[in-house]
Amino acid sequence: MRTWLNRQRLLIEYTVAALGRRRARSLGLLLTYTAVVFVLASVMLFTHALRQEAARVLAHSPEVVLQHLVAGRHALIPADYLERIPRQRGVREMTPRLWGYFYDPVVQANYTFMATADAPPPGHILIGPAMARARGVAPGNLIAWRAYDGAVHTFTVAGILDAHSELMSADLVLLGEDDFRGFFNYPEGQYTDIAIAVRNPREVRNVATRLSEALPDARLILRDEVLRTYAALFDWRQGIVLAILSGALLAFALLAWDKASGLAAEERREIGILKAIGWETGDVLRMKFWEGALLSGTAFLSGYVLAHVHVFHLHGALFRPVLQGWAVLYPRFALPPEIDPLQVLTLALLTVLPYTVAVLVPCWRAATTDPDAVMRS
Amino acid sequence: MILQPAIIALLLCAALGFAALALSSPASWQLVRHWQPQSGSRLQLALERRTYLMSVLVRFVLVSQIAALLLFVYNADRMAVQFVGAMCAVGTLQANAWGFPALLAQIALFFAASSWLLLDHADRQARDYPLVRLKFAALLVVLLPLTGTVLALQGLYFGNLRADVITSCCGSLFSADSPSVSGTLAALPPRPAMLAFYFSVLLACAANLHYRLRRRGAWLAGASSALAFVAAIVGIIAFVSLYIYEHPHHHCPFCILQAEHGYYGYALYLPLFAASACGLGVGVLAPFSARPGLRTVMPALCARLAGWAAAGFALFLALATLMIQSSNLILLES
Repeated sequence: MRTWLNRQRLLIEYTVAALGRRRARSLGLLLTYTAVVFVLASVMLFTHALRQEAARVLAHSPEVVLQHLVAGRHALIPADYLERIPRQRGVREMTPRLWGYFYDPVVQANYTFMATADAPPPGHILIGPAMARARGVAPGNLIAWRAYDGAVHTFTVAGILDAHSELMSADLVLLGEDDFRGFFNYPEGQYTDIAIAVRNPREVRNVATRLSEALPDARLILRDEVLRTYAALFDWRQGIVLAILSGALLAFALLAWDKASGLAAEERREIGILKAIGWETGDVLRMKFWEGALLSGTAFLSGYVLAHVHVFHLHGALFRPVLQGWAVLYPRFALPPEIDPLQVLTLALLTVLPYTVAVLVPCWRAATTDPDAVMRS
Repeated sequence: MILQPAIIALLLCAALGFAALALSSPASWQLVRHWQPQSGSRLQLALERRTYLMSVLVRFVLVSQIAALLLFVYNADRMAVQFVGAMCAVGTLQANAWGFPALLAQIALFFAASSWLLLDHADRQARDYPLVRLKFAALLVVLLPLTGTVLALQGLYFGNLRADVITSCCGSLFSADSPSVSGTLAALPPRPAMLAFYFSVLLACAANLHYRLRRRGAWLAGASSALAFVAAIVGIIAFVSLYIYEHPHHHCPFCILQAEHGYYGYALYLPLFAASACGLGVGVLAPFSARPGLRTVMPALCARLAGWAAAGFALFLALATLMIQSSNLILLES
């Protein structure tokens, strides 16, 4: 074992020295390789972080949301509708909710208004951070909107919602029930939807099935379904970007093939001399293996680290518009850094595999070169 | 088809592997037909050179397929959130009819690949490459069809994955009421299952250790390793999983791969697969020990493999026992 390790160590030392002698060529390939890993890793890290963030944020949302439908459209829920909902053992709590959208022509964006039980006093509102930035308001400022009935309503900004929740609260306005009904001229005793909390998460689907059987005019939105949709959406966007980038991957494989095929006369002579002094074809192949492994390892590691910095410290500036989506009041949020073994393994297969396939045959050609033929030429 | 990086990587790996083996098959056929180590003809010299390429190519393909098995299972587990009804890899694999056949083909390829790699390693130790014909014949007859099958099954599986499919969870597949093989395994009474589990794994351990020390009984080492692999999987389904979940009816062999169960599954499966591959390797290689050129190399290699197999099975058994001991579940009344 020790002999084998020593042999590999010496081979690595020789390979590093050989790479150093062909510095410009090796560096060019290394930079391209690193760039390929960086781009693919950025896409994967950014999408994974977005999906994780969505899951984290939605963890606190209700398990089931019940909406009332009239002619297939979302309609308001009368208070007595709650009584029609059959009592189920698995249901922990049912809360009627009041919320709606308001278009603000000043910033040309939609806000989400929501009435909450722990809202500020009448005439006061809590607003989301993106909205505060867009309108340039601070706590204590007054803000006026012309409601859908034409009347102007003025509110005092009681506070700005926590920036940690910006992904969900960017465009949110929280206010009391009376203010909400007054602003939207919302009919008394009517609600937007009902949030249903379920005790056992594994029972959610059964609860929803029983509810949809009992209430044919209701639409049930499950948190798991929303999460599943987010996952599918991000996966799809990621897949599309990767499919587009596969062209770059192919180009890189061709470059690697070309570089490995076009051995410089100097390198050819080197292999010839090595074989003349007793190296076997297997040794040359092993040396070439270490060359590929060192190059792949360095490129993979540096590409991945650069992608990590790009996504988690520079907010994925290059891919944000494609992968994240777009909105006037887009939330600012920091993605929590994470290293996922599945991603690392996937990335390794996506990058190292094409490179290795591309250089295998040229390496073999180089390794089986006849020493006398090389030295004579 | 669900377009995501792990699926793209798996399909790329399977396609490149099959393409590499298929493109090299004419050369493999030539090696099987014309290999004459005692000849100094131009053709023989060309073939000798070609063996290097073929050997490196196949080694690379097979090593990547071994990594692909890990990715396949890991990804199936991770994708469970995307299917209604799925709780772990079982739900993902049951999302259409090709999931489990694809996994089984990948496992078969893992063992075939590991045996081939060991055969190749032994061949390269000898000066006159006495196993060239055999290993390239095995490549054409076993590995090429198997990589083709893996590619076809993965293509069918991933190509037919639909996000709106309602799949069934492991609770229904590994339930005593299920009329399938998995149901039968789950319904096995724990005491006989435990006896079979400990007996088979200990037998494999002892047979491999015996070969390591006495260099005798290679076929027993190989056969007992294969038997231990099957018995271990049966045991995990029948009772080890129950102790890990601390639940008397949850038999799933995939949920143990999840973070909420401490990734115990990887701790069990990695030594089990490695030990089984080494043990099978002993059975595959030992019959060639008498060949000229391999007489000195092969017994030492087989003994080393048997040592690793014994150590792997012992580690697997120790970990399984530790998991059972530390569990709060009481499955057997004393």
